[in-house]
Amino acid sequence: MLCVRNLGKDLRGFAVRGVSFDVEDGDYFVLLGPSGVGKTVLLELIAGITTPDEGRIMWDGQDITHERIHRRRMGLVYQDQALFPHMTVDQNIAFGLRPKKMRPAALRERVEKLAADVSVSDLLHRYPGTLSGGESQRVALARTLATDPRCLLLDEPLSSLDAQSRSELQALLRSLHRKGHTVIHVTHENKEAMALASRVAIMENGTITQVGTPSEVFHHPKSEFVARFVGIRNSFKGRFEASGNGNGSLSQFVTEGLTFQVLSEASSGTGFLVFRSEDLVVSRIRDDLSAENRFQGTVVDMAPARLGAELTIDIGVKVAALMTSDSVERLGVECGQDVWVSLKASAARYIEK
Amino acid sequence: MMSTFSSKVRIEPLYLLFSFFGGLVLLFIIAPLANMVLHTTFSELTETAIEPEVRNSIWLTLWTSMAATLILGVISVPFAYLLARRSFPFKRLVVALVDIPIVIPHSAAGIAILGIISRNSPLGSAAERIGFHLVGGAAGIMIAMAFVSIPFLINSARDGFAAVPERLEKAALSLGASPTRVFFAISVPLAWRAILSGFVLMWARGLSEFGAVIVVAYHPIVTPVLIYERFGAFGLKAARPISVVFIGVCLVFFIVIRLLAREPKDAVR
Repeated sequence: MLCVRNLGKDLRGFAVRGVSFDVEDGDYFVLLGPSGVGKTVLLELIAGITTPDEGRIMWDGQDITHERIHRRRMGLVYQDQALFPHMTVDQNIAFGLRPKKMRPAALRERVEKLAADVSVSDLLHRYPGTLSGGESQRVALARTLATDPRCLLLDEPLSSLDAQSRSELQALLRSLHRKGHTVIHVTHENKEAMALASRVAIMENGTITQVGTPSEVFHHPKSEFVARFVGIRNSFKGRFEASGNGNGSLSQFVTEGLTFQVLSEASSGTGFLVFRSEDLVVSRIRDDLSAENRFQGTVVDMAPARLGAELTIDIGVKVAALMTSDSVERLGVECGQDVWVSLKASAARYIEK
Repeated sequence: MMSTFSSKVRIEPLYLLFSFFGGLVLLFIIAPLANMVLHTTFSELTETAIEPEVRNSIWLTLWTSMAATLILGVISVPFAYLLARRSFPFKRLVVALVDIPIVIPHSAAGIAILGIISRNSPLGSAAERIGFHLVGGAAGIMIAMAFVSIPFLINSARDGFAAVPERLEKAALSLGASPTRVFFAISVPLAWRAILSGFVLMWARGLSEFGAVIVVAYHPIVTPVLIYERFGAFGLKAARPISVVFIGVCLVFFIVIRLLAREPKDAVR
């Protein structure tokens, strides 16, 4: 188990500070954050390539903060793979095995096994300069796996790949996780986090602001930043009025003259109301469903989305609603039309500021 | 650039002028050498090439400069790596110190070296006591050659190491390789061309050295000194054949080294 405690490093331009998190054995831990918030630096700190100014890194209770990089067994895979250009794929994979002084036959067998595991068996005689992005990434993984690392540290492993190799590599990463490898994966794509993570940490301005399972983080973002970053499109600043009646009763959130019914135990104050565009239901008539919030508005924009269309509806504030192409067709929604939107109180989340 | 927009290929007048300048420079380099070669007959060349004095001096020049390069190379290449990779106090000063031999007059460099290796100096007298003559011997020649030529190796190797992406070294470390192994398996092979070209430059600079060597050792006589001696004693015509022979020998060596150092085609990204 990896424990990071209060880790800090000041670099020109930006700093990583006060970073603490735990990664359990067998976790697939995704560090999610926009570019330039120090995710790569954090990986380099764990790998021992950079030394921290403050804080501690521990593995199974043993302090490894100042252990030398080649003794740490942290398997760092760089974003650009950093394959050795003067060695064949075969020699690259074998690089980490050499010091263990294996017998040539055993070495050969191990390299072939590793190459087969990541499906690069037919590339062994090639030089890195001739490989595609996906192939290079696989070779880099095999080269790192050869050293039997305690933990794989992957820096944006999917970012430079085309869609096809991306999904293939994603499947490979998932299978490595299933085999019991502990993985820390850095990315700026929330989709990767959703697809792979067993736990997610959100990184913002050099520090970690929320850690949890994907559903905790994606459905219960702790801050407006997290909400926006994990792809929640609707976020409004306003005033929260607690009901004062305890569990299960509705409170009110007021923004721009609109009042939302919200299920929350927070006390009165100002903050943000966030809800996912999937949770808005759009209809032509005022429906009679159980949703506590109903608003009338005008469709001001329609944009194609992954599974249908994303509507921008002006209900006094502009909200984003996701509809399947089926519903769009069935309802015959178009720009300029008046529609009703409804939202369950339990789908709206209040974040204190 | 222009030609992509118009169907006619236009020649930019500025580049025409630059090409003309380039031609002048090439002529400036080639003309004296061609003139010298054309004024030397084949029989003069063969007669010179079999003279024992000439052959001994060429041999002496080649091996002393080669040995000086190899001996200093062993300690200079790791130093160049430090200069490329590490930051340390007064690094800019150290980098500037390395360049000193390039910018000072070589006869003055010879005087400076003579001062520390002469029989009266601690180093010179210590060598003398164990029966080793620095001044007037091959060792003195090597020291003089090395002094004036070492910056070329260090600078070239330093640039070569600096061009190796640091990530590759970090990746190798994180794969469990020791710093020693990273140096020999990653850094040196990837900087190899620059290091080799540094060796060639240092060697070339060493074997052509006249000023520093003549101060430290007139005899045994290296070829640049022999050329000068012939010119002084017998004039231009007598100095030409030995010059041509020496240049020819050097060129053959350089071409062979360049050919041997050619890289396999797809080894580098």
